[in-house]
Amino acid sequence: MKKTCALVIAGLASLQAIQAGDISGTVTLKGTPPPEKEIPQIKEDPNCGKLHTEAVKTRFYVVGANNGLGDVFVTLKGITGKSMGPSAPPAVIDQKGCEYQPYILAVQTGQKIVVKNSDPVLHNIHPTPTAPGNKEENKAQMPNGPDLTFSFPSPETFLRVKCDVHPWMFAYLCVVDSPYIAVTDKDGKYTIKNVPDGKYTIEFYHRKAAPASGPTTAEVEVKGGAVTKDIALEAK
Amino acid sequence: MSRWTGALFDPRRFAPSRTSSDDTPDQSMERGCQTGSDRSSAFNPWLHRFAIFTAISTLGLIIIGGLVTSHGAGMAVPDWPNTYGYNMFAFPISKWVGGVLYEHSHRLMATFVGLLTAILSLWLWVRETRGKGRWLGVGTIVMVLGLMGVRALPVYLILACLALTVGGFGLYQIRRNFAALRWWGALAFATVILQGVLGGLRVVWLKDQIGIFHAALAQLFFALTCLIALFTSRWGHERATLLVRAAIPVAKGIRAESRAPVQSVFAWLLPAATLLIFAQLILGATMRHQHAGLAIPDFPLAYGKVWPPMDSASVTHYNQQRHEIIAVNPITALQIGLQMTHRIMALLICGAVAFCAWSTRRQVGASHPLSKLTLVWFGVIVTQALLGAATIWSDKAADVATAHVMVGALSLALGAIVSIVASRTLVWARAVPAAEAQALSPFGLQPSPHTGLK
Repeated sequence: MKKTCALVIAGLASLQAIQAGDISGTVTLKGTPPPEKEIPQIKEDPNCGKLHTEAVKTRFYVVGANNGLGDVFVTLKGITGKSMGPSAPPAVIDQKGCEYQPYILAVQTGQKIVVKNSDPVLHNIHPTPTAPGNKEENKAQMPNGPDLTFSFPSPETFLRVKCDVHPWMFAYLCVVDSPYIAVTDKDGKYTIKNVPDGKYTIEFYHRKAAPASGPTTAEVEVKGGAVTKDIALEAK
Repeated sequence: MSRWTGALFDPRRFAPSRTSSDDTPDQSMERGCQTGSDRSSAFNPWLHRFAIFTAISTLGLIIIGGLVTSHGAGMAVPDWPNTYGYNMFAFPISKWVGGVLYEHSHRLMATFVGLLTAILSLWLWVRETRGKGRWLGVGTIVMVLGLMGVRALPVYLILACLALTVGGFGLYQIRRNFAALRWWGALAFATVILQGVLGGLRVVWLKDQIGIFHAALAQLFFALTCLIALFTSRWGHERATLLVRAAIPVAKGIRAESRAPVQSVFAWLLPAATLLIFAQLILGATMRHQHAGLAIPDFPLAYGKVWPPMDSASVTHYNQQRHEIIAVNPITALQIGLQMTHRIMALLICGAVAFCAWSTRRQVGASHPLSKLTLVWFGVIVTQALLGAATIWSDKAADVATAHVMVGALSLALGAIVSIVASRTLVWARAVPAAEAQALSPFGLQPSPHTGLK
């Protein structure tokens, strides 16, 4: 009986140790962002122009319902060495309408990044990392050609990927050494899943409102369940 | 006077390269190359026209190169020497789209200019040489052209090393005998080979720094082709006769004590202003090949101030404020500093060239072709300064920025031409006896014994 009780207590203790919860919330934008600029080059391009019926604009401030701010990269500060690396499910970037989808993509170090070309147009994929260890490459991809794969071993926020054939095409990768990452959707909502219990500092990065050199932060504590943390960033 | 400038002013440098009787001992190795036929000393209008065509084509290549960087298309073709796996000359026209159009056109035009330069250097070499030396040069040029067709990176690297060696030797030979056009041709051919390999390496090695060298060498190469066009002209052939004819009537009015100012203008000021322009072009190439767009978006102020704050917080703020339509790198404090230096240099150059024009006019008179040439030079510099401002005001519109590159190249080439014409005018005037000058002068006037042009 004593043995059984000891086993139950030990089991509960281990359960307690691995308890985890989700951190979720909404990022909103304070203030009025500058108007997005039209990208005339897309319309002027004989191939890419055909893929759009409406004017294409820049995507600096993607503001949705209730001022929710999209494309904000969210991660937990100071967590390293937890990346799942190549075993993580591949992240996907598609080239559609001569634009990268998505504009901001969060990935783990070493995680496979699959680049698709859904366009009937040739592109080149040219990541231009700045962090030591991340390799600059430039690969061609023919219309509807086979997927290309990239991966980056070092953490780097806003690692740019661009197409030199269509210079208006660029997107950013946020590479971190942990799986606790998210990017807000068009309404500013995010969820970081399976965060072990503990106290954390959440970092919010936005290309214009909270750049890599100065992210906005918030403190949060996970105690075996869901935690909500909303935050507002200011338009610059 | 520096050794180099001294060399420019040494009349022996301009001695006809035709005869071998007056060869110095260290020219003995060239005896096989030494010219002997009258054909090489005659003015050849077709050679001159071809040299001009090569120079114009080079300017066209620089313009296309400017379009490549202005459109951010430098890496639009990821492979080299192939184009998307195709042989460069077989790349389907249907795929010349977007940035590929600019980059691929640049490669084709570069090949064309390379071929023109090979022909020009062959022409100059054959014209001035005979015997074994002639065939050695011809064989080398043909062999290099053949090796360029091998299209393998190690071969290109070897050719680049060979080009550096030949270019260096060519410069040495030119320093010994400024009038040896065959070595000018060899230098041009070596430069175009090196330039082509640099362009390819920039693509496959993904290094912006190589792009800066590539851009700077392009400017030098254009100036070089312009100088060859000048040397193959009737003026070059007659060794400044034309200019001295015009100089003589005005030179008589120059004060006796003006020898030093004349020398200073011709020997120092013009080359110094030209060097300043080249330094400015290197600065411009550095800014351009950092692919950061406009580091400062306003002019004549900079971020609304005479000197913009360049601390970390300010730079972050600048980057937050800019809305990039095309992929440009973030602005850094270094880039802001570079653009401010570029602006200050522009002012210095405007002042220096204005002084050159004024000083030349004062020394040799307004009607002198050299005065007119320096005035044209000043006009080009002013145009270039305005284009620089327009580049900023237009938010670096590709056509305006490319025009800025083109006029920059013209500024340097004109500076080189003015410097050479001035130096040769002075040398001629110092070297030619008065009686001969009188015979040459349509006005029957002799150089003044009181002037520096004596």
